[in-house]
Amino acid sequence: MGGLRKLGSVAIEVVWQLGFIARFFWLILVYSGQSFTRLNLTIRELYFSGVLSLLIILVSGLFVGLVLGLQGYEILQRYGSSDSMGTMVALSLLRELGPVVAGLLFASRAGSAVTAEIGLMKVTEQLKAMDMMAVSPIARVVAPRFWGGVISMPLLAAMFSTMGIFGGWLIGVVFIGIDDGAFWSQMQAAVDFRYDVLNGVIKSCAFGVAVSLIAVFQGYDCVPTAEGVSRAITRTVVSSALAILALDFVMTSFMFRGL
Amino acid sequence: MSDPLVRLENVRFAYGERTILRDISLSIPRGKVVAIMGGSGCGKTTLLRLIGGQEKAVGGQVRVDGQDVATLGRDALYAMRRRMGMLFQFGALFTDMTVFDNVAFPLREHTELPAELINDLVLMKLHAVGLRGAARLMPGELSGGMARRVALARTIALDPMLLMYDEPFTGLDPISLGVIGQLIRRLNDALGASSVIVTHDIQESLQIVDYIYFISEGRVVAEGTPDEIRHTTDPFVHQFVHAEVDGPVPFHYPSDDYAAALTGGKA
Ligand SMILES: Nc1ncnc2c1ncn2[C@@H]1O[C@H](COP(=O)(O)OP(=O)(O)O)[C@@H](O)[C@H]1O
Ligand SMILES: [Mg+2]
Repeated sequence: MGGLRKLGSVAIEVVWQLGFIARFFWLILVYSGQSFTRLNLTIRELYFSGVLSLLIILVSGLFVGLVLGLQGYEILQRYGSSDSMGTMVALSLLRELGPVVAGLLFASRAGSAVTAEIGLMKVTEQLKAMDMMAVSPIARVVAPRFWGGVISMPLLAAMFSTMGIFGGWLIGVVFIGIDDGAFWSQMQAAVDFRYDVLNGVIKSCAFGVAVSLIAVFQGYDCVPTAEGVSRAITRTVVSSALAILALDFVMTSFMFRGL
Repeated sequence: MSDPLVRLENVRFAYGERTILRDISLSIPRGKVVAIMGGSGCGKTTLLRLIGGQEKAVGGQVRVDGQDVATLGRDALYAMRRRMGMLFQFGALFTDMTVFDNVAFPLREHTELPAELINDLVLMKLHAVGLRGAARLMPGELSGGMARRVALARTIALDPMLLMYDEPFTGLDPISLGVIGQLIRRLNDALGASSVIVTHDIQESLQIVDYIYFISEGRVVAEGTPDEIRHTTDPFVHQFVHAEVDGPVPFHYPSDDYAAALTGGKA
Protein backbone atom coordinates (compact mmCIF):
# COMPACT_ATOMS: atom_id res chain seq x y z
CA MET A 1 0.00 0.00 0.00
CA GLY A 2 2.75 2.41 1.00
CA GLY A 3 4.71 1.46 -2.12
CA LEU A 4 1.73 2.08 -4.34
CA ARG A 5 1.11 5.45 -2.78
CA LYS A 6 4.75 6.36 -3.26
CA LEU A 7 4.60 5.32 -6.91
CA GLY A 8 1.51 7.44 -7.38
CA SER A 9 3.11 10.49 -5.80
CA VAL A 10 6.23 10.07 -7.93
CA ALA A 11 4.07 9.84 -11.05
CA ILE A 12 2.16 12.97 -10.09
CA GLU A 13 5.45 14.73 -9.38
CA VAL A 14 6.79 13.82 -12.84
CA VAL A 15 3.65 15.02 -14.58
CA TRP A 16 3.74 18.29 -12.64
CA GLN A 17 7.38 18.77 -13.56
CA LEU A 18 6.68 18.17 -17.24
CA GLY A 19 3.81 20.62 -17.08
CA PHE A 20 6.09 23.21 -15.48
CA ILE A 21 8.75 22.68 -18.13
CA ALA A 22 6.20 23.03 -20.92
CA ARG A 23 4.85 26.25 -19.45
CA PHE A 24 8.38 27.54 -18.91
CA PHE A 25 9.28 26.71 -22.51
CA TRP A 26 6.26 28.67 -23.67
CA LEU A 27 7.31 31.67 -21.55
CA ILE A 28 10.82 31.55 -23.00
CA LEU A 29 9.40 31.65 -26.51
CA VAL A 30 7.07 34.52 -25.61
CA TYR A 31 9.94 36.54 -24.10
CA SER A 32 12.46 35.67 -26.79
CA GLY A 33 11.87 38.87 -28.73
CA GLN A 34 14.39 40.69 -26.54
CA SER A 35 17.10 38.10 -27.07
CA PHE A 36 17.03 38.85 -30.75
CA THR A 37 16.38 42.58 -30.76
CA ARG A 38 19.23 42.96 -28.28
CA LEU A 39 21.54 40.53 -29.93
CA ASN A 40 24.55 41.30 -27.74
CA LEU A 41 22.88 39.44 -24.86
CA THR A 42 22.61 36.25 -26.88
CA ILE A 43 26.04 36.67 -28.44
CA ARG A 44 27.55 36.81 -24.99
CA GLU A 45 25.92 33.48 -24.14
CA LEU A 46 26.99 32.04 -27.48
CA TYR A 47 30.51 32.83 -26.40
CA PHE A 48 30.11 31.23 -22.97
CA SER A 49 28.25 28.10 -24.14
CA GLY A 50 29.71 27.71 -27.59
CA VAL A 51 33.17 29.15 -27.86
CA LEU A 52 34.29 28.02 -24.44
CA SER A 53 33.07 24.46 -25.14
CA LEU A 54 35.06 24.38 -28.35
CA LEU A 55 38.26 22.95 -26.95
CA ILE A 56 36.72 19.95 -25.22
CA ILE A 57 34.54 19.27 -28.28
CA LEU A 58 37.49 19.38 -30.71
CA VAL A 59 39.76 17.24 -28.56
CA SER A 60 37.05 14.68 -27.84
CA GLY A 61 36.06 14.58 -31.50
CA LEU A 62 39.63 13.87 -32.46
CA PHE A 63 39.97 11.01 -29.99
CA VAL A 64 36.66 9.47 -30.98
CA GLY A 65 37.78 9.64 -34.61
CA LEU A 66 41.13 8.03 -33.80
CA VAL A 67 39.39 5.17 -32.00
CA LEU A 68 36.87 4.77 -34.81
CA GLY A 69 39.78 4.57 -37.22
CA LEU A 70 41.52 1.79 -35.28
CA GLN A 71 38.37 -0.23 -34.62
CA GLY A 72 36.99 0.36 -38.09
CA TYR A 73 40.18 -0.85 -39.77
CA GLU A 74 40.34 -3.91 -37.55
CA ILE A 75 36.77 -4.92 -38.39
CA LEU A 76 36.72 -3.95 -42.05
CA GLN A 77 39.93 -5.72 -42.98
CA ARG A 78 38.34 -9.04 -41.93
CA TYR A 79 36.03 -8.57 -44.88
CA GLY A 80 38.73 -7.20 -47.10
CA SER A 81 37.04 -3.85 -47.36
CA SER A 82 39.34 -1.57 -45.40
CA ASP A 83 38.96 0.98 -48.22
CA SER A 84 35.47 1.74 -46.92
CA MET A 85 36.88 2.99 -43.67
CA GLY A 86 36.14 6.60 -44.60
CA THR A 87 32.51 5.71 -45.13
CA MET A 88 32.23 3.93 -41.83
CA VAL A 89 33.87 6.71 -39.85
CA ALA A 90 31.84 9.43 -41.53
CA LEU A 91 28.49 7.70 -41.22
CA SER A 92 28.90 6.77 -37.57
CA LEU A 93 29.93 10.30 -36.73
CA LEU A 94 27.38 12.18 -38.79
CA ARG A 95 24.41 10.02 -37.88
CA GLU A 96 25.07 9.14 -34.26
CA LEU A 97 28.30 9.89 -32.49
CA GLY A 98 28.63 13.53 -33.52
CA PRO A 99 25.25 14.70 -32.22
CA VAL A 100 25.09 12.31 -29.26
CA VAL A 101 28.60 12.60 -27.83
CA ALA A 102 28.78 16.33 -28.53
CA GLY A 103 25.39 16.65 -26.83
CA LEU A 104 26.56 14.76 -23.75
CA LEU A 105 29.73 16.84 -23.56
CA PHE A 106 27.77 20.02 -24.10
CA ALA A 107 25.39 19.12 -21.27
CA SER A 108 28.20 18.55 -18.82
CA ARG A 109 30.31 21.50 -19.91
CA ALA A 110 27.83 24.25 -20.79
CA GLY A 111 24.50 23.00 -19.43
CA SER A 112 25.82 22.55 -15.92
CA ALA A 113 27.43 26.00 -16.03
CA VAL A 114 24.16 27.63 -17.09
CA THR A 115 22.26 25.86 -14.30
CA ALA A 116 24.85 26.89 -11.73
CA GLU A 117 24.82 30.50 -12.89
CA ILE A 118 21.05 30.91 -12.91
CA GLY A 119 20.75 28.96 -9.66
CA LEU A 120 23.26 31.20 -7.91
CA MET A 121 21.50 34.28 -9.26
CA LYS A 122 18.37 32.91 -7.63
CA VAL A 123 20.15 32.20 -4.32
CA THR A 124 21.54 35.73 -4.16
CA GLU A 125 18.12 37.21 -5.03
CA GLN A 126 19.42 38.71 -8.27
CA LEU A 127 16.41 37.32 -10.15
CA LYS A 128 13.95 38.76 -7.65
CA ALA A 129 15.78 42.08 -7.71
CA MET A 130 15.56 42.15 -11.49
CA ASP A 131 11.85 41.37 -11.34
CA MET A 132 11.39 44.21 -8.83
CA MET A 133 13.16 46.51 -11.27
CA ALA A 134 10.47 45.64 -13.79
CA VAL A 135 12.86 43.61 -15.92
CA SER A 136 11.69 40.09 -16.65
CA PRO A 137 14.38 37.58 -15.62
CA ILE A 138 13.06 35.18 -18.25
CA ALA A 139 13.62 37.74 -20.98
CA ARG A 140 16.90 39.08 -19.63
CA VAL A 141 18.60 36.00 -18.13
CA VAL A 142 16.89 32.83 -19.27
CA ALA A 143 16.02 33.38 -22.93
CA PRO A 144 19.52 34.51 -24.05
CA ARG A 145 21.09 31.47 -22.37
CA PHE A 146 18.53 29.20 -23.93
CA TRP A 147 19.14 30.53 -27.44
CA GLY A 148 22.88 30.61 -26.94
CA GLY A 149 22.74 26.87 -26.26
CA VAL A 150 20.31 26.09 -29.05
CA ILE A 151 22.51 27.84 -31.62
CA SER A 152 25.81 26.46 -30.28
CA MET A 153 24.81 22.83 -30.17
CA PRO A 154 24.51 22.01 -33.91
CA LEU A 155 27.69 23.97 -34.64
CA LEU A 156 29.59 22.08 -31.96
CA ALA A 157 28.24 18.74 -33.21
CA ALA A 158 29.37 19.63 -36.73
CA MET A 159 32.86 20.47 -35.47
CA PHE A 160 32.93 17.29 -33.45
CA SER A 161 32.14 15.24 -36.56
CA THR A 162 34.69 17.15 -38.61
CA MET A 163 37.43 16.50 -36.09
CA GLY A 164 36.35 12.87 -35.86
CA ILE A 165 36.61 12.37 -39.58
CA PHE A 166 40.01 14.01 -39.49
CA GLY A 167 41.01 11.58 -36.70
CA GLY A 168 39.82 8.61 -38.77
CA TRP A 169 41.79 9.91 -41.73
CA LEU A 170 44.92 10.26 -39.58
CA ILE A 171 44.73 6.63 -38.50
CA GLY A 172 43.57 5.19 -41.80
CA VAL A 173 45.57 7.14 -44.34
CA VAL A 174 48.55 8.51 -42.46
CA PHE A 175 49.36 5.64 -40.10
CA ILE A 176 47.89 2.54 -41.72
CA GLY A 177 48.35 3.59 -45.31
CA ILE A 178 44.90 3.19 -46.86
CA ASP A 179 44.74 4.94 -50.21
CA ASP A 180 43.92 8.60 -49.69
CA GLY A 181 41.74 8.79 -52.80
CA ALA A 182 39.77 5.68 -51.86
CA PHE A 183 39.17 7.00 -48.35
CA TRP A 184 37.59 10.24 -49.54
CA SER A 185 35.88 9.07 -52.70
CA GLN A 186 34.13 6.16 -51.01
CA MET A 187 33.00 8.49 -48.29
CA GLN A 188 31.75 11.01 -50.81
CA ALA A 189 29.86 8.35 -52.72
CA ALA A 190 28.24 6.79 -49.65
CA VAL A 191 27.25 9.80 -47.61
CA ASP A 192 23.96 11.31 -48.67
CA PHE A 193 23.43 14.94 -47.77
CA ARG A 194 19.76 14.73 -46.88
CA TYR A 195 19.68 11.24 -45.46
CA ASP A 196 22.85 11.38 -43.38
CA VAL A 197 24.04 14.94 -42.87
CA LEU A 198 20.70 16.67 -42.55
CA ASN A 199 19.26 14.04 -40.22
CA GLY A 200 22.34 14.40 -38.02
CA VAL A 201 21.88 18.16 -37.94
CA ILE A 202 18.22 17.75 -37.02
CA LYS A 203 19.27 15.49 -34.16
CA SER A 204 21.81 17.95 -32.86
CA CYS A 205 19.27 20.77 -33.01
CA ALA A 206 16.80 18.69 -31.00
CA PHE A 207 19.49 17.88 -28.44
CA GLY A 208 20.38 21.57 -28.27
CA VAL A 209 16.79 22.50 -27.43
CA ALA A 210 16.49 19.67 -24.89
CA VAL A 211 19.75 20.35 -23.08
CA SER A 212 19.32 24.13 -23.03
CA LEU A 213 15.74 23.89 -21.81
CA ILE A 214 16.68 21.45 -19.05
CA ALA A 215 19.65 23.58 -18.02
CA VAL A 216 17.79 26.89 -17.74
CA PHE A 217 14.77 25.24 -16.14
CA GLN A 218 16.77 23.45 -13.46
CA GLY A 219 18.58 26.68 -12.61
CA TYR A 220 15.42 28.75 -12.48
CA ASP A 221 13.48 26.11 -10.56
CA CYS A 222 16.15 25.17 -8.02
CA VAL A 223 15.69 25.40 -4.27
CA PRO A 224 17.59 28.62 -3.49
CA THR A 225 20.25 27.15 -1.22
CA ALA A 226 23.77 25.83 -1.79
CA GLU A 227 22.47 22.29 -1.64
CA GLY A 228 19.59 23.10 -3.98
CA VAL A 229 21.96 24.46 -6.61
CA SER A 230 24.24 21.45 -6.44
CA ARG A 231 21.25 19.14 -6.85
CA ALA A 232 20.00 21.15 -9.78
CA ILE A 233 23.37 20.83 -11.51
CA THR A 234 23.32 17.07 -11.03
CA ARG A 235 19.80 16.92 -12.37
CA THR A 236 20.79 18.93 -15.42
CA VAL A 237 23.58 16.53 -16.34
CA VAL A 238 21.59 13.37 -15.60
CA SER A 239 18.33 14.36 -17.23
CA SER A 240 20.13 15.87 -20.24
CA ALA A 241 21.95 12.59 -20.79
CA LEU A 242 18.74 10.60 -20.50
CA ALA A 243 16.87 13.02 -22.75
CA ILE A 244 19.60 12.89 -25.40
CA LEU A 245 19.75 9.10 -25.45
CA ALA A 246 15.98 8.66 -25.46
CA LEU A 247 15.44 11.30 -28.13
CA ASP A 248 18.22 9.74 -30.17
CA PHE A 249 16.52 6.36 -30.10
CA VAL A 250 13.17 7.81 -31.09
CA MET A 251 14.60 9.93 -33.89
CA THR A 252 16.81 7.17 -35.21
CA SER A 253 13.84 4.85 -35.40
CA PHE A 254 12.04 7.38 -37.57
CA MET A 255 14.99 8.52 -39.65
CA PHE A 256 17.01 5.41 -40.42
CA ARG A 257 14.75 2.47 -41.00
CA GLY A 258 16.97 0.86 -43.59
CA LEU A 259 14.08 0.50 -46.02
CA MET B 1 -2.62 66.00 3.50
CA SER B 2 -3.38 63.85 0.48
CA ASP B 3 -4.04 60.14 0.79
CA PRO B 4 -1.04 58.00 1.76
CA LEU B 5 1.18 56.54 -0.97
CA VAL B 6 0.82 53.01 0.36
CA ARG B 7 -2.10 51.67 2.32
CA LEU B 8 -2.56 48.12 3.57
CA GLU B 9 -6.06 47.24 4.73
CA ASN B 10 -6.64 44.07 6.74
CA VAL B 11 -4.03 42.20 4.73
CA ARG B 12 -3.82 38.48 5.29
CA PHE B 13 -1.13 36.30 3.74
CA ALA B 14 -0.05 32.66 3.94
CA TYR B 15 2.65 30.53 2.35
CA GLY B 16 0.61 27.41 1.66
CA GLU B 17 -0.95 26.35 4.94
CA ARG B 18 1.23 28.58 7.05
CA THR B 19 -0.31 31.95 7.79
CA ILE B 20 2.38 34.61 8.05
CA LEU B 21 0.36 37.83 8.16
CA ARG B 22 -3.07 37.69 9.84
CA ASP B 23 -4.46 41.16 9.78
CA ILE B 24 -2.20 44.05 8.89
CA SER B 25 -3.42 47.58 8.37
CA LEU B 26 -0.92 50.36 7.98
CA SER B 27 -0.14 53.28 5.75
CA ILE B 28 2.91 55.06 4.43
CA PRO B 29 2.22 58.77 3.98
CA ARG B 30 3.81 60.66 1.11
CA GLY B 31 7.19 62.14 1.85
CA LYS B 32 7.64 60.22 5.11
CA VAL B 33 10.03 57.53 6.26
CA VAL B 34 8.20 54.70 8.00
CA ALA B 35 9.80 51.78 9.85
CA ILE B 36 8.21 48.37 10.18
CA MET B 37 9.74 46.42 13.02
CA GLY B 38 9.44 42.88 14.18
CA GLY B 39 11.46 39.82 15.04
CA SER B 40 13.18 37.66 12.43
CA GLY B 41 10.74 35.54 10.48
CA CYS B 42 7.69 37.59 11.42
CA GLY B 43 7.00 38.40 7.78
CA LYS B 44 8.73 41.72 7.19
CA THR B 45 10.28 40.75 3.86
CA THR B 46 6.97 39.21 2.87
CA LEU B 47 5.27 42.51 3.58
CA LEU B 48 7.58 44.34 1.19
CA ARG B 49 7.00 41.67 -1.45
CA LEU B 50 3.27 42.26 -1.09
CA ILE B 51 3.72 45.99 -1.64
CA GLY B 52 5.92 45.28 -4.68
CA GLY B 53 3.37 42.83 -6.04
CA GLN B 54 5.72 39.83 -5.98
CA GLU B 55 3.21 38.06 -3.73
CA LYS B 56 -0.54 38.48 -3.63
CA ALA B 57 -2.48 38.91 -0.40
CA VAL B 58 -4.96 36.17 0.47
CA GLY B 59 -7.29 38.71 2.01
CA GLY B 60 -7.51 42.46 2.33
CA GLN B 61 -6.05 45.07 0.01
CA VAL B 62 -2.66 46.54 -0.79
CA ARG B 63 -3.02 49.91 -2.48
CA VAL B 64 -0.07 51.80 -3.92
CA ASP B 65 -0.72 55.29 -5.23
CA GLY B 66 -4.42 54.51 -5.34
CA GLN B 67 -4.08 51.24 -7.30
CA ASP B 68 -4.98 47.83 -5.88
CA VAL B 69 -1.74 45.90 -6.48
CA ALA B 70 -3.42 42.49 -6.64
CA THR B 71 -5.59 43.47 -9.59
CA LEU B 72 -2.78 44.81 -11.76
CA GLY B 73 -1.83 42.86 -14.88
CA ARG B 74 1.80 42.19 -15.65
CA ASP B 75 2.37 45.33 -17.70
CA ALA B 76 0.67 47.61 -15.19
CA LEU B 77 2.61 45.94 -12.39
CA TYR B 78 5.89 46.48 -14.21
CA ALA B 79 4.92 50.09 -14.87
CA MET B 80 4.31 50.53 -11.15
CA ARG B 81 7.58 48.84 -10.18
CA ARG B 82 9.52 51.27 -12.35
CA ARG B 83 8.50 53.91 -9.84
CA MET B 84 9.51 51.75 -6.88
CA GLY B 85 12.94 50.89 -5.64
CA MET B 86 13.68 47.97 -3.38
CA LEU B 87 16.93 47.47 -1.55
CA PHE B 88 17.32 43.76 -0.90
CA GLN B 89 18.63 42.42 2.37
CA PHE B 90 21.92 41.31 0.87
CA GLY B 91 22.10 43.92 -1.87
CA ALA B 92 21.41 41.47 -4.71
CA LEU B 93 23.96 43.17 -6.95
CA PHE B 94 24.47 41.52 -10.32
CA THR B 95 27.73 39.70 -9.74
CA ASP B 96 28.67 39.53 -13.43
CA MET B 97 28.63 43.32 -13.86
CA THR B 98 30.80 46.13 -12.54
CA VAL B 99 29.47 48.59 -9.98
CA PHE B 100 28.94 51.07 -12.80
CA ASP B 101 26.95 48.63 -14.93
CA ASN B 102 24.87 47.61 -11.94
CA VAL B 103 23.76 51.19 -11.37
CA ALA B 104 23.32 51.74 -15.10
CA PHE B 105 21.16 48.61 -15.43
CA PRO B 106 17.72 50.15 -14.72
CA LEU B 107 18.58 53.19 -16.84
CA ARG B 108 19.64 51.07 -19.80
CA GLU B 109 16.63 48.77 -19.45
CA HIS B 110 13.98 51.43 -19.08
CA THR B 111 15.20 54.54 -20.85
CA GLU B 112 16.51 55.38 -24.30
CA LEU B 113 19.04 57.84 -22.93
CA PRO B 114 22.31 58.26 -24.81
CA ALA B 115 25.40 56.65 -23.30
CA GLU B 116 26.98 59.97 -22.17
CA LEU B 117 23.87 60.91 -20.23
CA ILE B 118 23.68 57.49 -18.60
CA ASN B 119 27.33 57.84 -17.69
CA ASP B 120 26.65 61.18 -15.98
CA LEU B 121 23.56 59.90 -14.18
CA VAL B 122 25.35 56.82 -12.88
CA LEU B 123 28.24 58.89 -11.59
CA MET B 124 25.80 61.23 -9.89
CA LYS B 125 24.02 58.33 -8.17
CA LEU B 126 27.33 56.80 -7.12
CA HIS B 127 28.50 60.18 -5.88
CA ALA B 128 25.33 60.47 -3.78
CA VAL B 129 26.30 57.30 -1.92
CA GLY B 130 29.97 58.31 -1.81
CA LEU B 131 31.27 55.57 -4.10
CA ARG B 132 32.04 57.31 -7.38
CA GLY B 133 35.60 56.07 -7.04
CA ALA B 134 34.44 52.44 -6.93
CA ALA B 135 32.68 52.52 -10.30
CA ARG B 136 35.06 50.06 -11.97
CA LEU B 137 35.10 47.47 -9.18
CA MET B 138 33.22 44.18 -9.31
CA PRO B 139 30.65 43.45 -6.57
CA GLY B 140 32.89 40.72 -5.18
CA GLU B 141 35.54 43.32 -4.36
CA LEU B 142 33.24 45.40 -2.14
CA SER B 143 32.74 45.22 1.61
CA GLY B 144 29.23 44.58 2.93
CA GLY B 145 28.58 48.23 3.64
CA MET B 146 29.87 49.35 0.25
CA ALA B 147 27.82 46.71 -1.55
CA ARG B 148 24.72 47.97 0.18
CA ARG B 149 25.47 51.54 -0.82
CA VAL B 150 25.95 50.48 -4.43
CA ALA B 151 22.64 48.64 -4.28
CA LEU B 152 21.16 51.83 -2.88
CA ALA B 153 22.52 53.82 -5.82
CA ARG B 154 20.98 51.27 -8.18
CA THR B 155 17.67 51.46 -6.30
CA ILE B 156 17.45 55.24 -6.77
CA ALA B 157 18.65 55.19 -10.38
CA LEU B 158 15.19 55.92 -11.77
CA ASP B 159 14.21 58.41 -9.03
CA PRO B 160 11.45 56.22 -7.57
CA MET B 161 8.43 57.54 -5.68
CA LEU B 162 8.62 54.70 -3.15
CA LEU B 163 11.79 53.29 -1.62
CA MET B 164 11.70 49.99 0.22
CA TYR B 165 14.57 48.84 2.39
CA ASP B 166 14.81 45.26 3.60
CA GLU B 167 16.90 45.23 6.77
CA PRO B 168 19.36 47.87 5.56
CA PHE B 169 21.27 47.89 8.86
CA THR B 170 21.89 44.19 9.34
CA GLY B 171 25.49 43.06 9.48
CA LEU B 172 27.05 46.52 9.29
CA ASP B 173 29.64 48.07 11.55
CA PRO B 174 28.41 51.12 13.54
CA ILE B 175 29.93 53.63 11.11
CA SER B 176 28.48 52.07 7.95
CA LEU B 177 25.22 51.72 9.81
CA GLY B 178 25.08 55.41 10.59
CA VAL B 179 26.06 56.23 7.01
CA ILE B 180 23.24 54.12 5.58
CA GLY B 181 20.76 55.58 8.02
CA GLN B 182 21.65 59.14 7.08
CA LEU B 183 21.57 58.25 3.37
CA ILE B 184 18.09 56.80 3.66
CA ARG B 185 16.81 59.97 5.26
CA ARG B 186 18.67 62.32 2.90
CA LEU B 187 17.68 60.48 -0.26
CA ASN B 188 14.06 60.34 0.79
CA ASP B 189 13.95 64.08 1.29
CA ALA B 190 16.02 64.93 -1.78
CA LEU B 191 13.95 62.73 -4.11
CA GLY B 192 10.65 63.76 -2.54
CA ALA B 193 9.98 60.06 -2.20
CA SER B 194 8.39 57.99 0.54
CA SER B 195 10.34 55.25 2.25
CA VAL B 196 9.58 52.14 4.20
CA ILE B 197 12.31 50.48 6.22
CA VAL B 198 11.89 46.96 7.43
CA THR B 199 14.27 46.33 10.28
CA HIS B 200 14.83 45.15 13.80
CA ASP B 201 17.35 47.85 14.62
CA ILE B 202 15.31 50.09 16.85
CA GLN B 203 18.02 52.52 17.97
CA GLU B 204 18.97 53.54 14.43
CA SER B 205 15.35 53.70 13.33
CA LEU B 206 14.32 55.96 16.19
CA GLN B 207 16.78 58.52 14.92
CA ILE B 208 15.77 58.73 11.29
CA VAL B 209 12.14 57.72 10.81
CA ASP B 210 8.86 59.61 11.14
CA TYR B 211 6.67 56.73 12.23
CA ILE B 212 7.10 53.15 13.46
CA TYR B 213 4.90 50.08 13.28
CA PHE B 214 5.59 46.95 15.34
CA ILE B 215 4.49 43.62 13.97
CA SER B 216 4.15 40.39 15.89
CA GLU B 217 2.34 37.17 15.04
CA GLY B 218 0.92 38.67 11.90
CA ARG B 219 -0.60 41.76 13.48
CA VAL B 220 0.35 45.36 14.13
CA VAL B 221 0.82 45.35 17.89
CA ALA B 222 2.05 48.89 18.43
CA GLU B 223 2.69 52.04 16.48
CA GLY B 224 3.71 55.62 16.99
CA THR B 225 6.18 58.39 16.31
CA PRO B 226 9.72 57.92 17.66
CA ASP B 227 8.88 60.16 20.61
CA GLU B 228 5.79 58.16 21.49
CA ILE B 229 7.75 54.92 21.17
CA ARG B 230 10.52 56.11 23.47
CA HIS B 231 8.03 56.88 26.20
CA THR B 232 5.62 54.02 25.76
CA THR B 233 4.68 51.54 28.45
CA ASP B 234 3.56 48.92 25.93
CA PRO B 235 5.12 45.59 27.02
CA PHE B 236 5.93 44.47 23.48
CA VAL B 237 7.70 47.67 22.57
CA HIS B 238 9.44 47.58 25.92
CA GLN B 239 10.78 44.11 25.22
CA PHE B 240 11.95 45.22 21.79
CA VAL B 241 13.59 48.45 22.88
CA HIS B 242 15.38 46.78 25.76
CA ALA B 243 16.26 43.60 23.88
CA GLU B 244 14.76 41.21 26.43
CA VAL B 245 14.85 37.53 25.54
CA ASP B 246 11.38 36.50 26.62
CA GLY B 247 8.24 38.53 26.92
CA PRO B 248 5.26 38.98 24.64
CA VAL B 249 7.55 37.68 21.86
CA PRO B 250 8.08 34.01 22.71
CA PHE B 251 11.56 32.49 22.63
CA HIS B 252 10.24 29.19 21.18
CA TYR B 253 9.13 28.51 17.64
CA PRO B 254 5.57 27.11 17.86
CA SER B 255 5.90 23.38 18.58
CA ASP B 256 4.28 20.34 20.15
CA ASP B 257 4.34 19.75 23.83
CA TYR B 258 7.99 19.43 24.85
CA ALA B 259 7.47 16.62 27.37
CA ALA B 260 5.42 14.59 24.91
CA ALA B 261 8.10 15.02 22.21
CA LEU B 262 10.84 13.80 24.54
CA THR B 263 8.94 10.77 25.72
CA GLY B 264 8.57 9.46 22.19
CA GLY B 265 5.35 11.15 21.16
CA LYS B 266 5.04 12.25 17.55
CA ALA B 267 7.76 14.81 16.90
N1 LIG C 1 8.95 31.33 -0.33
C1 LIG C 1 8.57 30.92 0.89
N2 LIG C 1 7.87 29.78 1.05
C2 LIG C 1 7.46 29.35 2.26
N3 LIG C 1 7.71 30.01 3.41
C3 LIG C 1 8.40 31.16 3.33
C4 LIG C 1 8.87 31.67 2.08
N4 LIG C 1 9.53 32.83 2.30
C5 LIG C 1 9.48 33.01 3.65
N5 LIG C 1 8.80 32.03 4.26
C6 LIG C 1 8.51 31.93 5.69
O1 LIG C 1 7.71 33.03 6.04
C7 LIG C 1 8.12 33.59 7.25
C8 LIG C 1 8.34 35.06 7.10
O2 LIG C 1 9.44 35.27 6.25
P1 LIG C 1 10.07 36.69 5.99
O3 LIG C 1 9.02 37.59 5.46
O4 LIG C 1 11.27 36.50 5.13
O5 LIG C 1 10.48 37.12 7.46
P2 LIG C 1 11.43 38.31 7.94
O6 LIG C 1 11.86 39.08 6.73
O7 LIG C 1 10.60 39.09 8.87
O8 LIG C 1 12.58 37.69 8.65
C9 LIG C 1 9.37 32.85 7.68
O9 LIG C 1 9.03 32.03 8.76
C10 LIG C 1 9.78 32.03 6.50
O10 LIG C 1 10.19 30.77 6.94
MG1 LIG D 1 13.66 39.25 5.84
